[in-house]
Amino acid sequence: MSDMMKVSSNPHIRSKVSTSKIMLCVCLALLPATAFGVWNFGIYALLQVVVTVATCVATEAVYEVLMKKKVTISDLSAVVTGLLLALNLPPKAPIWIGIIGGVFAILIVKMAFGGLGQNFMNPALAARCFLLISFPAIMTNFDCDTYTGATPLALLKNGENVNVTNMIIGNTGGTIGETSMIAIVIGACILLLIGVIDLKVPGTYIVTFVIFIGIFGGHGFNPYYIAAQLAGGGLMLGAFFMATDYVTRPVTKYGQIVYGILLGILTGIFRVFGASAEGVSYAIIIGNLLVPIITDLTMPKAFGKGGERV
Amino acid sequence: MNKCVERLYNGVIKENPTLVLMLGMCPTLAVTTSAINGLGMGLTTTAVLALSNAIIASLRKIIPDKIRIPAFIVIIASFVTIMQLLLQAYIPSLYSSLGIYIPLIVVNCIILGRAESYAYKNPVLPSFFDGLGMGLGFTCSLTLIGLLREFVGGCSVFGHELGWFEPVGIFRMAPGAFFVLALLTAIQNKVKIAGTKKGKDMSKIQSGCGCDCLNCSDTGCKDRKEVSEIKEEEL
Repeated sequence: MSDMMKVSSNPHIRSKVSTSKIMLCVCLALLPATAFGVWNFGIYALLQVVVTVATCVATEAVYEVLMKKKVTISDLSAVVTGLLLALNLPPKAPIWIGIIGGVFAILIVKMAFGGLGQNFMNPALAARCFLLISFPAIMTNFDCDTYTGATPLALLKNGENVNVTNMIIGNTGGTIGETSMIAIVIGACILLLIGVIDLKVPGTYIVTFVIFIGIFGGHGFNPYYIAAQLAGGGLMLGAFFMATDYVTRPVTKYGQIVYGILLGILTGIFRVFGASAEGVSYAIIIGNLLVPIITDLTMPKAFGKGGERV
Repeated sequence: MNKCVERLYNGVIKENPTLVLMLGMCPTLAVTTSAINGLGMGLTTTAVLALSNAIIASLRKIIPDKIRIPAFIVIIASFVTIMQLLLQAYIPSLYSSLGIYIPLIVVNCIILGRAESYAYKNPVLPSFFDGLGMGLGFTCSLTLIGLLREFVGGCSVFGHELGWFEPVGIFRMAPGAFFVLALLTAIQNKVKIAGTKKGKDMSKIQSGCGCDCLNCSDTGCKDRKEVSEIKEEEL
């Protein structure tokens, strides 16, 4: 009997894509933003990034050794979590902020719920919000050697003028990794080209946000204002690297579109009507909580199950 | 008298209402922002629990079966009102920090649960000690949760500022209550599982009322389980 006639159980088609390869792609795609952050804010930012990543990986390893589970740090998901968390920290935050955040992200948000694939929230964002609520003074102090005072987004909220060119290039104050729109978009393009992410979530997120800001922002569809809103804060980082997290986004096609629209509206509401200038992290976290419902409501019918629902 | 000691032990350790039976979650999560609040809430509940248990036990032969719940509520509400007025008169600071949660003791499920499952079927003295034990168990867990939340979230112990580290503010807010409660419950379960592995008889120590319904002899769930089994047989 030839190989053609061999009967075997599925799967019949195997892909070479693995979790660690996807995570490696995300890490590489985050490098431009990280490099720009280090260039912009100095060597202390690099130290912050390294310590946060190391904390995340170490926490996962120690937890799994203590609990006598298989050590899964080689899937690199802890590295991505640490990197994203570090990029969301202010440039001059004390080192222990990154350590506490890293431990919280991995231990409470990820491992306590069962590890990668079981976390109901993006660990990096949950840790950022945890830090933001616990240490508001440290987490909203963006002063550093080069820049002092409010972030461009806060200035924009107060109705002051901002330099949009600087915001797009990234020569402004903010968290380590969010300032440069160009660096983030370069990384996002790499991911889009490889096919690790697609435009369903970030595309609908950004388009909805632009429409919302245009209607409710108080400046109409003024290109200068909208460009400043897009380039300011963590919108680009959140849309391309956090909202697209495989674990915490809906799995269905229409679900992802609904999710993106929801995030756009929430971010708009927080930025326009909220007390704080920034709202991307809270918007994505609230979106994460609604993902099970969105997935449930948008689940396509199985073939042959058409007609009336019983 | 032995029975009374057994009841105390049962309430504080074996069937600790907060960490084992998972009852009274509303005050547990809401008032434990500091150790003193937890202690005050726990002791107030203890007084109401012990006294209402004793009165309900003494009236158990008079209260008609069909209207026993309203009768329990009237007795419990009377004691809660007494406690509320006493606190307002003598410890106004605690009264103002506990706020709405003092009148809400009326609907605390521990009190109604003990009345229904123990005091209504047992003599006065054991019922009194059952209420005392349950109340002290509640007080211990609330004080412990309050202590941990106050220490991590405010870096102070019973109101004394220590200033050792930057306080993690979230522990004084609602999420902190969930973190600490989950941690303590996990430790409780861990101790129980470790005991079972060593061959000790841990079957009498319940776990979140999800594991040992068959071994459960003296709580309200047993009645409900029998009722649901009968219903299933009828179907």
